[in-house]
Amino acid sequence: MIALLMRDLRLAVRAGGGFGLGLAFFLIVTVMVPFSVGPNSELLTRIAPGVLWLGALLSCLLSLDRLLALDWEDGSLDLLATAPLPLEAVVSVKALAHWITTGLPLVLAAPVLGVLLNLPGQGFLWLVLSLFLGTPALSVIGTFGAALTVGLKRGGLLLSLLVMPLYVPTLIFGAEVARRGAEGMAVQTPLLMLAGISAAVIALLPFASAAVLRINLR
Amino acid sequence: MSIWEYANPKKFLTTTERVMPFLWGVSGLLMVVGLIWGFFFTPDDYRQGSTVKIIFLHVPAALMAINAWFMMLVASLIWLVRRHHVSALAARAAAPVGVVMTLIALVTGAIWGQPMWGTWWAWDPRLTSFLVLFLFYLGYIALWEAIEDPDTAADLTSILCLVGSVFAVLSRYAVNFWNQGLHQGASLSLDKEENVADVFSNPLYVCMVGFGLFFIAMVFYRTGTEIRARRIKALMARERMEA
Repeated sequence: MIALLMRDLRLAVRAGGGFGLGLAFFLIVTVMVPFSVGPNSELLTRIAPGVLWLGALLSCLLSLDRLLALDWEDGSLDLLATAPLPLEAVVSVKALAHWITTGLPLVLAAPVLGVLLNLPGQGFLWLVLSLFLGTPALSVIGTFGAALTVGLKRGGLLLSLLVMPLYVPTLIFGAEVARRGAEGMAVQTPLLMLAGISAAVIALLPFASAAVLRINLR
Repeated sequence: MSIWEYANPKKFLTTTERVMPFLWGVSGLLMVVGLIWGFFFTPDDYRQGSTVKIIFLHVPAALMAINAWFMMLVASLIWLVRRHHVSALAARAAAPVGVVMTLIALVTGAIWGQPMWGTWWAWDPRLTSFLVLFLFYLGYIALWEAIEDPDTAADLTSILCLVGSVFAVLSRYAVNFWNQGLHQGASLSLDKEENVADVFSNPLYVCMVGFGLFFIAMVFYRTGTEIRARRIKALMARERMEA
């Protein structure tokens, strides 16, 4: 498992792996927001948590189609499926690698972009914490979507259509934590719900993803 | 005699063909009677005026929108467990009907909301979760259309339906928590006292039963079409083999 993880990470970091693209996209989206709604700092303060969450979600989404497609094309997915490692573990490792290369940089970059959007000082901790708890769920759910569409020629748009509705609960609770944190309200309930969703999704969804992948590899 | 006999496509077709005229007739009759009764022979509400009458379209459509997804869930489970093709095809056949019902519920709700709430749309929990349900339907149908191999498509959409159901419930809870709504709570229930006067609820029941039967008839009809389409495909494939 660790070997697989290291392999995925190495592939992502090396040239052509697309590492950092998600981060750059996050930056671009966040920078485009003031251009579209105007530089009014009060307005930006109000929408900052939501915009940062949406940006993180979109950059996760865009990197999903590469998650399994490359391995599918060169046949290494078939090898992994016949390997002694259960497919559930393979899928979990893939999701973990995706999170480390896409989710974690987003979490670390979010405070910097928060400054651009005039996020109030008390909100930074909660923004980072909510992203830290929420992005693993985004990666795992996205892996399920990627497994569903892996065999399709042009699965990219379909992938977004399938994955977006699944992202709704995570987005609501995550953005709610960040918003409440920024406004100085109590964050415990949405924070617990967000953590619960992440934990449940990490525990259960790899089984569905593996089942779907088996069907696609049949 | 068990329900699994209808997993045989031939048996399914002959039986549904026998009950079809009856189903179409009764559901059509109930819908016509219920809607005419509701639209023309109920008094105007003293606060809402005649706009209250859109309830006769809105409530049955919303009811069927949810039940159609539920039916797809059951059919998907049967397909995954027992591999009956009719079941997978029935789930496929129900999805477009469900999406239209969801759309009717959303549109009639907007038309009613404009004069009553003063807005076409509000991010109210019920409205939002219906919109999310609509998106789930779209994704489900798109996945069916995208995959060529019918068995793979049936498997994948079934799993999507199962996972989607869990997330649909989660979203329902999430939006509930997120925003207090404008939409009133349930007006009709089996055990509690009614919030709707009898003059309105009686035609409403007629409409609900009519919509329910109409949904069943549509699913039978569309499933029959799917079975025939697949037979034609098989026949053409065989001809190509022989030629």
